Amino acid sequence: MNAKVREPMGDRWFNAINLLVLGLFFLTVLYPLIFIISSSISDADAVVSGRVWLWPVGFSLEGYKAVFEYHKVWVGFANSLFYASVGTLFNVAVTILAAYPLSRKGLSGRNLIMFLFVFTMLFNGGLIPTYLLVKDIGLLNTRWALIIPEAMSVFNMIVMRTYFQTSIPHELLEASQIDGCNDFRFLWKIVLPLSAPILAVITLFYAVEHWNEYFNALIYLNDERKYPLQLFLRQVLIQNSVDTTMLDLDIKQAKEMEGLKYLLKYGLIVVSSIPLIVAYPFVQKHFVKGLMIGSLKG
Amino acid sequence: MPSEPLPLSPVPHTTRRTPLSGFGKSLRKHWQLYAMLAIPLLYVFIFKYGPMYGAQIAFREYVPAKGIWDSRWVGLDNIHRFFTNYDFWRIMRNTLGLSLYYLVAQFPFPILLALSLNYVKWNRFRKTVQLVTYAPHFISVVVIVGMILQFLDPRTGIVNIVLGIFGADPVDFMGNPAHFKSVYVWSQIWQNVGFQCIIFLAALSSIDPSLHEAAVVDGASKLQRMRHIDLPGLMPLAVILLILHTGQMMDIGFQKVLLMQNPVNLITSETIDTYVYKIGLLSQALNYSYATAIGLFKNIINLILILFVNSIAKKLRQESLW
Repeated sequence: MNAKVREPMGDRWFNAINLLVLGLFFLTVLYPLIFIISSSISDADAVVSGRVWLWPVGFSLEGYKAVFEYHKVWVGFANSLFYASVGTLFNVAVTILAAYPLSRKGLSGRNLIMFLFVFTMLFNGGLIPTYLLVKDIGLLNTRWALIIPEAMSVFNMIVMRTYFQTSIPHELLEASQIDGCNDFRFLWKIVLPLSAPILAVITLFYAVEHWNEYFNALIYLNDERKYPLQLFLRQVLIQNSVDTTMLDLDIKQAKEMEGLKYLLKYGLIVVSSIPLIVAYPFVQKHFVKGLMIGSLKG
Repeated sequence: MPSEPLPLSPVPHTTRRTPLSGFGKSLRKHWQLYAMLAIPLLYVFIFKYGPMYGAQIAFREYVPAKGIWDSRWVGLDNIHRFFTNYDFWRIMRNTLGLSLYYLVAQFPFPILLALSLNYVKWNRFRKTVQLVTYAPHFISVVVIVGMILQFLDPRTGIVNIVLGIFGADPVDFMGNPAHFKSVYVWSQIWQNVGFQCIIFLAALSSIDPSLHEAAVVDGASKLQRMRHIDLPGLMPLAVILLILHTGQMMDIGFQKVLLMQNPVNLITSETIDTYVYKIGLLSQALNYSYATAIGLFKNIINLILILFVNSIAKKLRQESLW
């Protein structure tokens, strides 16, 4: 507040301890992240024998080379890009179509419709009936199974609706109605251009969800060519099954397979996070904003 | 756009008379809005209400070839089968135990982080801490569990190497059922503490600054201000969040638990959701009805909990906030 005034002794202690606490939080969260990156570019030997503890030991891009050769990863990457882009586009469109009308005060039946949406947040039919439904309408093992059943999140819809209600001045609507502008046009020409921040937030929410999603793919897909990246990651990272035929190994390397497996894992973790790492610093504040709008009425 | 409305244009809001003709009018006037709603409504009816309708197979002996209606009605047999199941209490205990452990253990950390961030004047550091602590929230659950497995590996994991330095024997964290809950909970806290603190930061920024000014004038130290202004300011929110989270007790991070399971730790790691998944979709036998019944049991408890807990939160909010 008033930095010029010398702070009393107690407050200086407070500041020191506070910085210490914050530093602890900071390092606790940061350390595993650094460790992963360091391990991914270290020598296989050093990783397996545990000599890497903070900075890279030796330097080797073998892990990344293995990731690059592991062509399943690229199949997964391409699929995930597809699911994330097409799926998100679809999500955002459906969300707007629900959020905008429900943000309009004069709409009869608005509360009833809103209730129908909100109720699905409180109660659902469960895993098995949902699976059977997807199966019965013939979506099983199609790419649409990862897009249509999750077409909209009611939570995101409420966030967007809250934004429409609070940030689009009512006068705009009245003025354009007088000018003979219909609702479609008003939404398209006035509301959406004014809603760039919330559109960014919602797009990001959905995109991250698609990129990180594995469970629906696990139950709905059985054709590996349609698998998203996360399912291949699950094979390698969790089930520890590396398809060695994909790695171009000579005999010497086969001996080092164990070490290479570790490098492959660390490399995979880094590579699979690249889209998020690249986007994250730019979108972080939008996420925060979205959460704020959501908690306003959540 | 005209700067003032034309005098002859109809005024939109005053034409509503009785509710019935009001709806007819609204439909005619706003047909485009209803048209927009058609797609999302169709979506929730098919994909959200559809499964609710389908959930009736919990009370039948569902055979896919016969369809829902022609499968035999068995009433509460499936639920009864679950209640009398040898595994029932273990699964309930695991589910609730994991939830409670997480709920209690995570409680102080986002608050502490928010308070601490709030008193740092060094802006760059503050921003960096926020950037880093929010980041793990976006890591996928598969990668998180992959990281856990790497770090806790009994032979090569960094945790055991550090334990080794202090002369401790290596611990097989994933292979020992006793450790499952802790590994789950603390990795969950690690991943989410930053993101959860956001809402507390917002609450802190809405505390009336005149309180702090008055306290400074009265010679209060920072610690006193934190204890007597900030902490009481956060408590209503903290309590409400805690209560709301108890409403979701039965819904503990299913996807993560499933990934962390292995045959050895199943004794403590099997929760209702993972059990439903295995009974219904993984097992060779046809168990759709039984699995649905278990899921429905969970969802109904969930619904009751949420409604109950929300009404408490509402009352508290009225008393403590406004």
